[in-house]
Amino acid sequence: MIDKSDTAFMIIATALVMIMTPTLAFFYGGLVKKKNVLSILMQTMVILSVISIQWVLFGYSLAFGPDIKGIIGALNFAGLRGVETQPLPGQTIPHMLFMSFQMMFAIITPALIIGSFAERIKFSGFLIFILLWSTLVYDPMAHWVWAKGGWLAGLGALDFAGGTVIHITAGISALVMALMLGKRCSMHEGHSPHNLPISVLGAGFLWFGWFGFNSGSALGINDQAMYAFINTNTAAAAAAIMWMVLDWKLNKIPTVLGIITGLVAGLVAITPAAGFVSPLSSIAIGAMGSVFGFIFVTYVKKKFGYDDSLDVFGVHGIAGIVGALGTGIFADASIGGTDGLIYGNPRQLLIQMLSVLVAIGISAIGTYVIFKLVDLLTGLRVDKREEALGLDLSQHHEAGYTLID
Amino acid sequence: MKYVIAIINPHRLDEVKIELEKEEVHLMTVSEVLGCGRQKGVTEVYRGVKEVGNLLHKVKLEIAVNDEFLQRTIDAIIKGAREEKIGDGKIFILDLKDCVRIRTGERGTEAIG
Repeated sequence: MIDKSDTAFMIIATALVMIMTPTLAFFYGGLVKKKNVLSILMQTMVILSVISIQWVLFGYSLAFGPDIKGIIGALNFAGLRGVETQPLPGQTIPHMLFMSFQMMFAIITPALIIGSFAERIKFSGFLIFILLWSTLVYDPMAHWVWAKGGWLAGLGALDFAGGTVIHITAGISALVMALMLGKRCSMHEGHSPHNLPISVLGAGFLWFGWFGFNSGSALGINDQAMYAFINTNTAAAAAAIMWMVLDWKLNKIPTVLGIITGLVAGLVAITPAAGFVSPLSSIAIGAMGSVFGFIFVTYVKKKFGYDDSLDVFGVHGIAGIVGALGTGIFADASIGGTDGLIYGNPRQLLIQMLSVLVAIGISAIGTYVIFKLVDLLTGLRVDKREEALGLDLSQHHEAGYTLID
Repeated sequence: MKYVIAIINPHRLDEVKIELEKEEVHLMTVSEVLGCGRQKGVTEVYRGVKEVGNLLHKVKLEIAVNDEFLQRTIDAIIKGAREEKIGDGKIFILDLKDCVRIRTGERGTEAIG
């Protein structure tokens, strides 16, 4: 049975998640050098367009089509055949709306990755990479965790809005890309953001869009949606404060880049747990997301020297892992899902660990293979001169800003 | 006293700064400028319309030096900025008549360093 209020709520939540991708473009765009700002905006707009079509043609069906042995969806829904306005069993919104909501998730996940290879990726190679990645990594992973019959879902893995499916896969793939693509040429040039105010705008609207992302994952206007809403806000706040405190304590100064990085880490960390934990637990999860994110961004990256340009691995990968495991610790069956460790169910934490390892495995192997393939086809890195000139001019023949009118 | 003006590629600025630092030249003024030489700028395209010969982003360094520092300064800039490609830039050297340090009123070679 269709519930009209659920449907109205979900259509708005879907639009909220859609805006997160252009918003992410501004968050990332402000952090790169000004000669590369357009390349970031271009990449997000292209992902928004290409994955929208991929999802309608076959992506949705691979992820949510009739299950084949728990591994992948059959192509019954290709081209949205049979995806109609009637709800799926157990849901109260049109099947078409569920498909649209999931589409926005499929779009933002590859968009998260672009931060790691910013300022040196070749546009043509990037385009093929993204299409293959969505099809071969995201769609199967979404099937395993969220689809009826998916094998991780069958084990009882909890992932409310995409900690494993979205943030861990994106974060790990980002690390693999950064390692395989190599460092940017101008490593000692420093990487000061060219326009922090637009990054703050981006981070602010990510926070806003995330209400749709997490509350919408309840698929209706119910108790879980309410918990997800307040948990999202609380975790972001706790994480922002935690990052600022760490910055102040260890780097001796509170920074704007620090607080916006922290709030995103908090939003990431609460994503898998949003509809399963209490608001007090969300403070702990958000704060832990910041602590581990901070360690990886500040110390681990420096120690190992990988050039994850905008810290996709440190923020999304690590905070995603913290959130997925945190769900296994703090989950409360009276809110939703099953009990976690602190409510006497240590087994849930083991299941969460397994799903984290699976997410790491599929994204690392998948990204490695796709990289090798695309590197043969078109190459993935611009040459030194193009990199020095900036991707805006070399890849798109445009400039983000002018010095003289 | 000489006044050195160098036009270099923006992405070489840090290299040049490092080289100058090694030669103990610590004082400089840096500005962002637009310009082109034989390179003839770049072509940009907006909605299919080509804009040929748009000026390139460059960085201008201005350094006042005492005569004994001149060659070192030039060498350092070349070392930092040279990629042996068109667009590496140019160095202009001017005679400098005088120099005044505003804080103390010192003049000439004293005031530069």
